[in-house]
Amino acid sequence: MTDMQAAAGAAAAGVRQPLLETRRLSVDFGGLKALDDLDLEIYEGEIVSVIGPNGAGKTTLFNAITATVESSDGDIVFEGQSLLGLDPNRVTSSGIARTFQNVRLFANMSVLENVMVSQHCRTKQHAFGALLYTKAFRQEEAEIRQRAEEILGFFGTRLVGYRMDQPAFTLSYANRRRLEIARAMATQPKLILLDEPVAGMNPVESAELTGLIGRLRDEWGFAIVVIEHDMGVVREVSDRVVVLDHGVKIAEGDYADVANDPQVIEAYLGKGAGDP
Amino acid sequence: MNTTLPPTTGPQPEAPRAAPRPAFTHDWRRIARMGSVAAFGQVFIALSNMPVRLDERLIVKPVLSLGYLVLLILPFAAGYRQGHQIKRENMPVCAPGPNEVVGGFLCGLITGGGLSLLAVLVTHFDLREPLVNWSPVLLDLLSFSNEMWFAVVIWLAIGAGMGAAGGVLRLLGPKSHRVVVTMALAVAGAAVLESLVVDVAEGLGLEPLTDRLYAPRGGVAWPSALGLAAVSGLLAVLGRGRFRQARVRHAQMEGAQRTRANLGLIIATAAVLIVLPLFAGKLTNELLANVGLFVLLALGLNVVVGLAGILDLGYVAFFAVGSYTAAVLTAATSPKIAPEMPWLVALIVVVIITGLVGLFIGAPVIRMRGDYLAIVTLGFGEIIRLLFLSDWLSGWFGGSQGITKIPGAGIFGITEVSGTDPRRVFYLVLAFCVVAIYISWRLERSRLGRAWMAVREDETVAEAMGINTVNVKLLAFVVGAVLGSFSGAIFAAKVGSVFPASFLILVSIVILVVVIFGGMGNIIGVIAGSAVLIGVLGGPKQPGLLAEFSEFKLLIYGALLIWMMLARPEGLIPSVRRTRELRQQEMAQDAWLRGQVDDDDAGGADGPRPAVQP
Repeated sequence: MTDMQAAAGAAAAGVRQPLLETRRLSVDFGGLKALDDLDLEIYEGEIVSVIGPNGAGKTTLFNAITATVESSDGDIVFEGQSLLGLDPNRVTSSGIARTFQNVRLFANMSVLENVMVSQHCRTKQHAFGALLYTKAFRQEEAEIRQRAEEILGFFGTRLVGYRMDQPAFTLSYANRRRLEIARAMATQPKLILLDEPVAGMNPVESAELTGLIGRLRDEWGFAIVVIEHDMGVVREVSDRVVVLDHGVKIAEGDYADVANDPQVIEAYLGKGAGDP
Repeated sequence: MNTTLPPTTGPQPEAPRAAPRPAFTHDWRRIARMGSVAAFGQVFIALSNMPVRLDERLIVKPVLSLGYLVLLILPFAAGYRQGHQIKRENMPVCAPGPNEVVGGFLCGLITGGGLSLLAVLVTHFDLREPLVNWSPVLLDLLSFSNEMWFAVVIWLAIGAGMGAAGGVLRLLGPKSHRVVVTMALAVAGAAVLESLVVDVAEGLGLEPLTDRLYAPRGGVAWPSALGLAAVSGLLAVLGRGRFRQARVRHAQMEGAQRTRANLGLIIATAAVLIVLPLFAGKLTNELLANVGLFVLLALGLNVVVGLAGILDLGYVAFFAVGSYTAAVLTAATSPKIAPEMPWLVALIVVVIITGLVGLFIGAPVIRMRGDYLAIVTLGFGEIIRLLFLSDWLSGWFGGSQGITKIPGAGIFGITEVSGTDPRRVFYLVLAFCVVAIYISWRLERSRLGRAWMAVREDETVAEAMGINTVNVKLLAFVVGAVLGSFSGAIFAAKVGSVFPASFLILVSIVILVVVIFGGMGNIIGVIAGSAVLIGVLGGPKQPGLLAEFSEFKLLIYGALLIWMMLARPEGLIPSVRRTRELRQQEMAQDAWLRGQVDDDDAGGADGPRPAVQP
């Protein structure tokens, strides 16, 4: 069934190559298989949610894609190139950015600096430029700054103004999550991996961020993979939902299909829970 | 010069005052604890033989010597500290009263009891064996050349008196407090800076003045000490805290105004540094040159530790490589190859070679993190020294004999800088310090500097944000190595000989202490740290202003470091960032109390910026 659906998805999107593809991806932690022969395709301009119970391997999937953990088997292909064996920073510069489940900002750098430093892989002025204070250096610094302000402006008035120069640790929880997204945007990716972007937010804030995820795709053209537990958000944003359990993909499709899949219900609620 | 006030802490509102506490209600356990800690410290100082050795150095002739000062300072500090009240938000602070004086008295009494007990013990028991520094001279010093019972009584009395004096200091209002502290600092400063002042005054033809100020065999003469105290007290009264106001104002300046003020300060400092050596004698210039050498080293280490957050305990390796390379290239007596290059040409090679050594050492080290990295750098620091010492390479570097007769540094044929003329050495060091400061300053505010900070904050995330952490950290290592090699090359030309024994692990530690003490990550802080530690206490082998301390230098370094870590972990002149790192929680709380908090329910930042003060 999964193959059929993937094929249908590909047909609907024309004969496009997937942006990101994992082929029989496995990650072992000792004897534990955190990911087991996972096949996944993400197409350009798509928002895909990855859901599953705790320990299903969702974050491990992100870690494997961004090379934070080593994959033990299979392949990860991004734009036709294998990502295996690349350092995390090379994965990022090839066009995949991520946020972290437990917000990990550069807490003592200012909000603006957080976004500026994340443009590192897209800029190239070396130490000598800085020492000689060349025109190229000054120009690039101005560009970095301008782009950072532009990105922060995407979040409305929340991260701009005086707040730009305040250290990141002074931000509220929701704003920290926003800044994480801003930082991911600053690496100028094609694909953004959001790890539980609304965790810990109140309903108003989640609704706002849900809208923001849609705008990220529509206005900036990113493909987005979201790990999320909040089913309301999942229903709202996803073009497609992938369900993982024990490292195995147990269902894939649009929200309504997946939500009624007996296997999914079993994974979440236990055996027999799906029966009337 | 950088902000001493972190940006989010404005002037705190004055806490409400409550009535003074009754004189005899005390936290007895606190008094006992502080008194015994101070007593233990005092006995330790006495048995470390510090009083005997430092007795030679007079502060105020003939009343006070440095030896007695180190004994007297503890009961005073304990007495003062005892009266400290923890300020709680919106809780009244009790106005100081007799309670503080009585508390200080008791605290000092216990402190003095330590020495009294020691005097009794050593008279009745033979403690020569465990207490190796115990000597009749010490007993003589402690008992003021009287009987044992006199020592017992006098130290109880002195302790209690000093403790009570510490308590009295609490009673003074902010104004009188300032005046007293200024007076004490003026006399202590005049005593500590004696050789410097005499030296410069000689150059300026002001000997009559210093002859009057200082006693013939050192120390401030007591009439002039009184006069100095009076004058400085008067100045403090007239100044009415303008100095502090100016500092606060400077800290609050922003933008162009701040740039202008900074420029003014820099020009003034530069003028002093350029003019001063002209009037100073050999001694002062030697001292300044030594401080400058350590400023160079500390600036280099600051890039590695302060900016990139790599704890390098083997930094001396680069100093050694710089020195040895310069020595081999310039000295005619170099065992294997002796190209006898001019110093400036050699310097280019030195920079290249040290940079390569930085890469070579850095490459394996950089893949480690935290404690492991520190241990490995420690190892590499020793390996480099042992290589220079080894028989295997003695054909190149002369083994333990080192390389001697290194010529001075010729500068474009205009002058030759060598150890015989410390003034020229100082100017050379100064020039390189300016270069090093410029390099650190520019790099910190560049793409590379931001990447260093990110790596320091969270290496994993930095990597995930597309920063090649290996390259960035290696660059920090190389920049640090090159700055250290400047110092090494000048050192070789200045001293005229290099031996493996000049590059002990101790040098690494001292440089690290300088950086931590001064303020990690802040250029001005690092310079201040070198001036205070190297200038006053002295470097690993270089004497400072208080040359008598040389024996106890490490002890004092250690004590200062511990005190610094407890009281002011961000260093003497901290960088804003470092303060944030260490005081994140407090600052966030302060901001919350002032209503400056980033609150989403308040509708983001749409409204005007919340007022700094409620």
